Amino acid sequence: MREIKANQVKDKVKELFLKANYHIDKDLMNRLEEALDEEISETGKSVLGMIIENNKIASKEEIAICQDTGLAVLFVELGQEVHITGGDFKEAINEGVKEAYQDGYLRKSAVDDPVFERKNTNTNTPAIIYTDIVPGDKISFLVTPKGFGSENMSALGMLKAADGSEGIVDFVAETVIKAGPNPCPPTIVGVGIGATADMAMVMAKKATTRKIGEHNGNEKFAVMEKEILDKINRSGVGPAGLGGNVTCLAVNIDYLPTHIAGMPVAVNVCCHASRHAEGTL
Amino acid sequence: MANIKKITTPLNDKTVVDLKAGDTVNITGYIYTGRDAAHKRLIELIDKGEELPIELKDQIIYYVGPAPAKPGYACGSAGPTTSYRMDPYTPVLLDRGLKGMIGKGLRSREVIDSMKKNKAVYFAAVGGAAALIARSIKKSEVVAYEDLGAEAIHRYYVEDFPAIVVIDSKGNDLYKTEPPKYAKQESDSLRGVPSK
Repeated sequence: MREIKANQVKDKVKELFLKANYHIDKDLMNRLEEALDEEISETGKSVLGMIIENNKIASKEEIAICQDTGLAVLFVELGQEVHITGGDFKEAINEGVKEAYQDGYLRKSAVDDPVFERKNTNTNTPAIIYTDIVPGDKISFLVTPKGFGSENMSALGMLKAADGSEGIVDFVAETVIKAGPNPCPPTIVGVGIGATADMAMVMAKKATTRKIGEHNGNEKFAVMEKEILDKINRSGVGPAGLGGNVTCLAVNIDYLPTHIAGMPVAVNVCCHASRHAEGTL
Repeated sequence: MANIKKITTPLNDKTVVDLKAGDTVNITGYIYTGRDAAHKRLIELIDKGEELPIELKDQIIYYVGPAPAKPGYACGSAGPTTSYRMDPYTPVLLDRGLKGMIGKGLRSREVIDSMKKNKAVYFAAVGGAAALIARSIKKSEVVAYEDLGAEAIHRYYVEDFPAIVVIDSKGNDLYKTEPPKYAKQESDSLRGVPSK
């Protein structure tokens, strides 16, 4: 067994949330620069120019890229040879989130009961934590602060096998096109296909964090990613929804086996400020 | 980009009527912030016939919940939030004299009708350009509902705040008129062609 202190978990989580909220990855910055070249609308170009400038300011000054610094979502792979000492694993993660948001001048957006009081927890916790037990003696973290302008545009379709890939392409593209300017286009669209309703949505969320330029390893699904991307970009929605040919930067599909009677399709939309960071202990 | 129109607050009928959907503007002067929770409280006061904590006449409300300010900054990152959540409350505020709103995203038919009736304007700021926009915010103070934190009503002094007129006082709506100009037919598609 390898021992890892709860405090190390806390510090790593804090470091990753600060990084994710201040710095847009190079792959996405490059894609935005390409989009600026591809965009034909003058207003669209101006919007993309502001986005690129914004991301440079945020990174240089270490301030939040977007004021909506999101709910704190983590995908954790916990090696089965790891023994956490000196504290509770989940508490350590939440403590790391709290310190990042309090010390890093990030907005606290979590409210406790979602219906009646909606009182701010003032810590941006509880975090949304997905933990997978894997072989090995390491813990790896993928953190993604998720803003709600785009999260609110999510959709779940319990499609039929007979709907086929065309049904999926139409459902996903229509979901994103109908959202128009609301999710801050140009967006990155995560799609989860198969498993159960809940797992499809988790896959969709995780898919939004894929490196730009990488495609599904299965050629048939990679083709579907391209078809959805093209269909969304033919809509004319454009940057900020003000018209143009760049509405979506990437469509990322993940899939899992499913039941003989169904074909769940989950769509999770991420704004152009697709923020995530990875680290290992 | 077309010429930038410089406007100052408080707004008036003439300024508002001269603004056309598609105009790029820089706004200078005082503006108020407000989002879901603050709107709900304002409407509750109006329903009870009580006085509001701010005078709405000729003012602009910016739909924003800013990030906390780092030391040395007047304001933290402060981009627009999605406007449709304020739609149910907006016509009542426009009837009370509110002249402008800054946000992002679609508005309801009821809001647009009320904007035409009351001669009001809706500006879009670029969602996610929060660090850039914050540079135009020179002063920030909480004027009501401090307990709401980021959702409290702030008064900002802004200089050359960058925005685009998306819905003008005639009801012209860029979100409706612009995308069709760039939309392409299905036949242009590369359906079935493998990704690069």
